[in-house]
Amino acid sequence: MRKLLATGALALAALASGAVAIAAGTEEHPPHKHWHFQGPFGTYDRGAAQRGYQVYHDVCAACHSLQLLAYRNLMELGLTENQVKDLIKDIVVPDLNDDGQPIERPARPSDRFKKPFPNEAAAAAANNGKAPPDLSVIVKARENGPDYIHGLLTGYVPYEKLTPEQIKAFSVTKDDNFNKYFPGHKIAMAPPLADDKVTYNDGTKATLDQEASDVVEFLAWASEPHMEDRKRTGVRVILFLIALAGFMYAVKRMVWADKH
Amino acid sequence: MASSHGTPPVFNNKVIAWIDHRLPIFSYIEKEYHTFPTPRNFNYFWNFGAIATVMLVLMIATGVVLATNYTPHVLMAFDSVERIDRDVPQGWLIRDLHMNGASFFFIAVYVHIFRGMYYGSYKAPRELLWILGVVIFLLMMATAFMGYVLPWGQMSFWGATVITNLFSAIPVVGESIVTWLWGGFAVDNPTLNRFFALHYLLPFVIVAVVALHVVALHVHGSNNPTGIDPKGPQDTVPFHPYYTMKDGFGVVVFLIVYAGFVFFAPDYMGHPDNYIPANPLVTPAHIVPEWYFLPFYAILRAIPDKLGGVLAMFGAIAVLFILPWLDTSRVRSATFRPIYKWFMMVLVVDVVVLGFCGANPPEGFWVPLSQLATLYYFFHFLILLPILGKIERPLPLPPSIADSVLKKKAV
Repeated sequence: MRKLLATGALALAALASGAVAIAAGTEEHPPHKHWHFQGPFGTYDRGAAQRGYQVYHDVCAACHSLQLLAYRNLMELGLTENQVKDLIKDIVVPDLNDDGQPIERPARPSDRFKKPFPNEAAAAAANNGKAPPDLSVIVKARENGPDYIHGLLTGYVPYEKLTPEQIKAFSVTKDDNFNKYFPGHKIAMAPPLADDKVTYNDGTKATLDQEASDVVEFLAWASEPHMEDRKRTGVRVILFLIALAGFMYAVKRMVWADKH
Repeated sequence: MASSHGTPPVFNNKVIAWIDHRLPIFSYIEKEYHTFPTPRNFNYFWNFGAIATVMLVLMIATGVVLATNYTPHVLMAFDSVERIDRDVPQGWLIRDLHMNGASFFFIAVYVHIFRGMYYGSYKAPRELLWILGVVIFLLMMATAFMGYVLPWGQMSFWGATVITNLFSAIPVVGESIVTWLWGGFAVDNPTLNRFFALHYLLPFVIVAVVALHVVALHVHGSNNPTGIDPKGPQDTVPFHPYYTMKDGFGVVVFLIVYAGFVFFAPDYMGHPDNYIPANPLVTPAHIVPEWYFLPFYAILRAIPDKLGGVLAMFGAIAVLFILPWLDTSRVRSATFRPIYKWFMMVLVVDVVVLGFCGANPPEGFWVPLSQLATLYYFFHFLILLPILGKIERPLPLPPSIADSVLKKKAV
């Protein structure tokens, strides 16, 4: 039986690696970057995530909502309540007054992130018929989310640099945006980031790569704010279970001692 | 119940004795889970029944908690799941336990089914026990499918659309059945509502069938790795403490692997598209079900005809119902069946190949490969097993279970 199992496992492993190689095909994959939040002990880089919020606020928020998050959530990134209030002091949000009339009032930390458009139809109308996706869980909603979004933000190729084959194969015109990593390559979003698109409060030099990495750090946190809690709990749970398994095995051996 | 359980127990505690005299639950527990004579030679494959039971309880416990926080409405379901993840205290933990629990429930059950096939546990007198197991498997599939619809992501919506549409393949009444299932003319709020109701109901039906499964098991007792019946007390041990302890150890080891996924890769077994809210106007590039359905999904798509595909898919499970009569060999355990043993492994590889076929788009070489693998699947059950039982010459069986244990020890 044991020999059989080993043979079976080998056969499966060979099969799996073959299938993966085939599935990989010839598509261009975004380069793999190391992220601070990866691995069993990875945490969010607070500085990068705070800069990422700045990129989101200054650039992405013009078109993309982040509707599952409230401003108060920013305190989880290491900001104090007063810093959050300071960050949102210029933001006004729609509300109803006591007479039921629509008004605008200053945002409070308990408010959800303000949407750039009043509703999805308006968002679609302002963007050639398709609403820009909400970014709340975007990192979890894409295969290899962090690498893909970083690749997408940095993967634009100007029309002049495209090969004639690429222009022909994807029928690209001068008005199209060509992106190396977007499925089908033609993307409605114009290159959103560039060197010095934002001016960081902490003095970090705002290169395209830096901005893209920072906003991915922020969006990864937005997708799963409790990740650090999850990993911390996991370490404790698994250590406990391993110890318990050890004890169980010892007791099992004792119980079975007279039957072996 | 079996008559060989010995004299009825005497309880010293007066309250227990009083209750037991009127409602013999303590006698039952004593008889079925303490003194119950169990073959002494189980290997660790026999842990997976207990593991599956633990997963069932865990799924119901976490599911009830999730249901108290979930909103079954097309406009609110997605956000309510995210609210559980973000704002409900420890909600992320309950949700990660539940969504990975489904996968690990299926892992436990697939190993359990493999064990039953490899050691011939379905053979007389355990045919009904096996059939009840297949019923549980079917109920699990229905429950898991409807549960995957509840977060109302893209794969939820399109998975529901594809699977419910299968019924339209039924001649004449198919379209009407689909409309009836949907509660309208498309997958919409009524569909989500009834899926939620059924997803909450079916697990309790599973509990009931599991109870029957256990009752049937305790009539003739468990099979064992030799496949021969216990001949006396020297071949068995009491269930407690021997197997409560061994099962307990196996359960904890299984939970370690499960916890690894829950805490360090909670989304590994899911599809990223299910974090995109359902949109009836945008079809995902590839609609794929959860991994545990992939072999059956591959069989569905292997047949170029819709009705044929549906029949083949359901047929793949239907053959399991008649497996006890398809296998003509009188020897239970593959240990003593030199040819069957290898074909059992080939079947496992075949099902894994089907899984890969189901995960990949039905184009290129995946199409003939999935057709070949589907053909082999049915060949194994419908042609190979009946013939093999007649022509295979089994190895000599050991005289008794105790004998086989002692012989192993001497080597």
